[in-house]
Amino acid sequence: MKLLEIEGLGIDFGGVKAVDAVSFAVTEGEIVSVIGPNGAGKTTLFNMISGVYLPARGSVRLAGETVTGLPPQALAARGLSRTFQNLQVFQQMSVLDNVMAGFHLSEGRHILSDILALPSSLRRNRETEDAARKLLARVGLERGAELIASQLSYGALKRLEIARALACKPRLLLLDEPAAGCNAVETEEIDHLIAAVAKEGVAILLVEHDMKLVMKISDHIVVLDHGVKITEGKPEVVARDPKVIEAYLGAHGGKEAANALG
Amino acid sequence: MKNLSPKTITLLALVALVLVAPLFFPSSFYYRVGTLMFINGLAVTGLVILIGYAGQISLGHAGFCGIGAYACALAPVHLGLPPVVAMLLGALISGVLAYLVGRPILRLKGHYLAVATLGFGILIFMVLSNESWLTGGPDGMQVEDLGLRDLLKSLGLSVPAAQVWYWFSGLVLLLGALLALNLHTSSTGRALRALHDSEIAARTVGVDVAYFKLMAFVISAVYASVSGSLLAMMNKFVTPDIAGFLHSVQMVTMTVLGGAGSVFGAITGASILTALPQALTVFHDYEHIVLGLIMMLVMIFLREGLVPSLIKRFSRRQG
Amino acid sequence: MSDLLQFVFSGLTVGAVYALVALGFTIIYNASDVVNFSQGEFVMLGGMSTVFLSAAGVPLPAAAILAVVITALVGVALNKFAIEPARNASVVTIIIITIGASIFLRGVAQIVFDKQLHRFESFSGDVPIEILGATILPQSVWVIFGAAVIFTGLYLFFTRTLTGKAVLATANNRLAARLVGINTNFIMTLSFALSAAIGAVAGVLVTPITLTSYDIGIALALKGFAAAMLGGMGNPFGALVGGLVVGLIEALTAGYISSTYKDAAAFIVILAVLFVMPSGLFGRAAVNRV
Repeated sequence: MKLLEIEGLGIDFGGVKAVDAVSFAVTEGEIVSVIGPNGAGKTTLFNMISGVYLPARGSVRLAGETVTGLPPQALAARGLSRTFQNLQVFQQMSVLDNVMAGFHLSEGRHILSDILALPSSLRRNRETEDAARKLLARVGLERGAELIASQLSYGALKRLEIARALACKPRLLLLDEPAAGCNAVETEEIDHLIAAVAKEGVAILLVEHDMKLVMKISDHIVVLDHGVKITEGKPEVVARDPKVIEAYLGAHGGKEAANALG
Repeated sequence: MKNLSPKTITLLALVALVLVAPLFFPSSFYYRVGTLMFINGLAVTGLVILIGYAGQISLGHAGFCGIGAYACALAPVHLGLPPVVAMLLGALISGVLAYLVGRPILRLKGHYLAVATLGFGILIFMVLSNESWLTGGPDGMQVEDLGLRDLLKSLGLSVPAAQVWYWFSGLVLLLGALLALNLHTSSTGRALRALHDSEIAARTVGVDVAYFKLMAFVISAVYASVSGSLLAMMNKFVTPDIAGFLHSVQMVTMTVLGGAGSVFGAITGASILTALPQALTVFHDYEHIVLGLIMMLVMIFLREGLVPSLIKRFSRRQG
Repeated sequence: MSDLLQFVFSGLTVGAVYALVALGFTIIYNASDVVNFSQGEFVMLGGMSTVFLSAAGVPLPAAAILAVVITALVGVALNKFAIEPARNASVVTIIIITIGASIFLRGVAQIVFDKQLHRFESFSGDVPIEILGATILPQSVWVIFGAAVIFTGLYLFFTRTLTGKAVLATANNRLAARLVGINTNFIMTLSFALSAAIGAVAGVLVTPITLTSYDIGIALALKGFAAAMLGGMGNPFGALVGGLVVGLIEALTAGYISSTYKDAAAFIVILAVLFVMPSGLFGRAAVNRV
C-alpha cells in the first residue's frame, strides 16, 4: 500500500522556486532515498512533508488522507516522525527523558493527574520508562541513559534522535542525513538500524550524502536538482543515469564520467 | 543519598529548612521574614514551571499576585466569602484570565513575549490603582486575616500570629513545591522541558506546543495568585504595588538568580532576595548598589543560577 | 481643533523622548542582541549630571556636553564589565543583568547626587509659542528638533560612513562581520557609547520640562522598550514611529478620555499590535531554520 504520496509539491523563497513540482510515493516497509547536490532542496522537501514549511503548491497524502499543511504535531499523531539534519535533540534533558518525550502521544494529556502524581500517572511513567530503555538499547545507548543529552558525542546524538523518532511508533520515518558526521563504524550501525526498522513495516524516507549507504539500503531513489525531480528509480539504474551524474559533476564532468564508465 | 530521587532530596531539604530555621530566630520578627520567604518562594515555584520548565518569560506575573491579593481584600467584604474561599476564587480568576490572555500572548517569542506580559501586568496595576471606588486606589485597603489563629484558639491553642503564619506558609510552600516536582518528572513536565529546548522537535513528537505553554502560564498564574493572597492576608493590608512591574521583576530575578530550572534553586533565590533587603537596611543608602551588584555578579559568573551552578562545580570537583 | 493640536504637541514632545530611548534600545540590540533595561538610567544620568555640574559652576552648555560624555563612558563601562563577560547567556539572564545594572546605577545616583527632584533653566526661556490657537513651550521645540537631528544624524551615519555600515553589518550577522575584518568588539563598545549618549541628550533636553530625579529611569525604560517593540525591535525607523505613536496615544488618551489611563492606553495598543503583528510594525519575521 502507498503510505506517502507526494503530488506536484513546491515552495518559493523570496520569489525563487526552491522546490517545484516534485512527485513520488513511498510504500510500507520501503526505504526511499532522496539524493541530490547541495542546495537541491532535499531538506526543504522534508520540511514541507513534515509540516514545518507550508507548501505553496501540490499535496501530501499520508495513508490515503490528504495532510498538506498540517502542523508537525498533527502529522505525528498520524504516524509521521522525523529526525533533523542539524540535530534537534532536547539538549538539557537526560538521554532517557529525550526518548521518553518521544512517547508523548501514546501517553496522552493528563495534566491534573501528573501534577498530583496520581497512581495512574506514576504507572504511565514506569511503562514509558521501560519502553524508552528498550529503545535506547536498540540504538546502543542504554549505558548513557542518565547522562544529559548535551554530553553525548555527535554520532550518539544522531542515534538518540532516531530512538526518539521511533518512540512515536511511526508508520513513516523521515531521516535527514542520519549518518552525517559519523565515522565508518557508526555509519554501519545506523545502516543496520534503518534496515531493521524498515523490516518491521515502517516506510523510510531518507536524505543522505553517503552514497555507499544510500546505494546499499535503498529500494528506490529520487534525485533532486535545483528543486526539481530529475529522475527516480532503482539504485543501480539511478547510479548510471547520465542526468544524475551531470547534476553532481556538472555537464562536462558528466561526459567524462560517462566515458570512464564506458 | 544515591538512591534518593532529586524530588525527595528537595522536599527533605525544604522540610528541614522550615523546621530548623525557627531554632535560630532571635525574635518574632524573624518569623515574619521567614513567612515572606515562603510566600515569595511559592510564587517563584510557579515561575520555575513557566521559565525553568517551559522556557517562557513573563514580566507581568505580579498582575496575578494583585488579583489574588485583591480577591482576598474584596470578596469577604462584598460577597461575604470566608478568606480561604476568597483565595480560591482569586486563584480561579487568575487561572481563567491567564488562559484567556495566554492564548494570544504566548504566540510571541523572546523579547516580544516580555513586553506583552509586561503590558498585561501594567494594565492590572493601572486598574487596581485607578479604580479607587473599589480598591481604595494607590493608598491600598484593609484585608481580613485568614483567621487561622482564631481557629487554633477555639481549639484551645494559643500561638502568636507571626508563628501561625510561618507554619502555614511553610506548609503551603511545601505543597506547592511537591506539585511542581511531581510535574517535572511526568509526561506533562517532559513536554514542557522539550518545547523549551526545541519547539520544532517537540512538535514532531506530537507536543501541542501552544497548549502546553498555555498550561504552564495558567499554572504559574495560580501560584502567583495564591502567593498574592497570602501576602495580603498576612499584612492585613494591600496596595496596588503588589501588581507592579517591580514586583514582577523581583519574582523573575529570584527565580533566575537561584536557578530557574530547579525548584530548590528558585526557592533559595527567593529566600536570599527576601532576606537581603532586611539585612541591607543596615546600609540603607547602599541597598540599591549592593542589590544591583549581586544580581549582575551572580548572573555573569553563575549563569544557570546559584544552586545549579554550584552543584555543577561541586560535582565536577568530585568527579 | 486647537485642543487636538495642543494634545499633539504634548504627544510629540514625550513621544520624541520615548523615540530616543527606543533608539537607544535598538542600537544596542542590533550590535549585541541585548535588550538593555538600564537605558532609562542613561536619561537620568544625562539630566542629573547636567544639574550637578551646572550647580558646581560649569556653564550650562558645557555641563550638558560633559554630562553626555560622562554618560557615554558609563555606557562603555557597562558593556565592558557587565555585558561582555556574559556573552551568549540566555535572554532572561541578560535581562536580569541589565535590570541589575539599572538598580545599581540608580543606587549610585542616589548617593553621588541625591533623592530630590531637579531641573535647570529652559534653553530659550519659558514663554509659550502660540500656533493655531495651541501653545508649545520653546523647550518642547528643542526636544522635538533635538530628536529629529539625532535621528537624521544617525541615518547619515549608518548609510554614509564605513563605521556606520560596519555596525549594520554586525547587526545582520556578527560572525560574517568578523570574517570580513570588522572589529565587532569595537562595534559593541561604540553602540553602548552611542546609546548612552543618545539617552543622555534626551535627559538634557527634557529635564527643564519634566524635571529629573534618581529614579525616573524605570518608567522611561518601560515606555522606550514598549515603543521599540511596537516599532519592531532592531529597526531604528520602527523606534521613531513606535516612540511617537506611544507618546501621541498617551497625550490623546489623557486629553480626551482619562489621564489616569494614559499609560494603559499605550499598552493596550501595543498588545493589540503584537497580537496581529508578532514582530511589531516594522520588525523582521523570524524564520525557523532546521
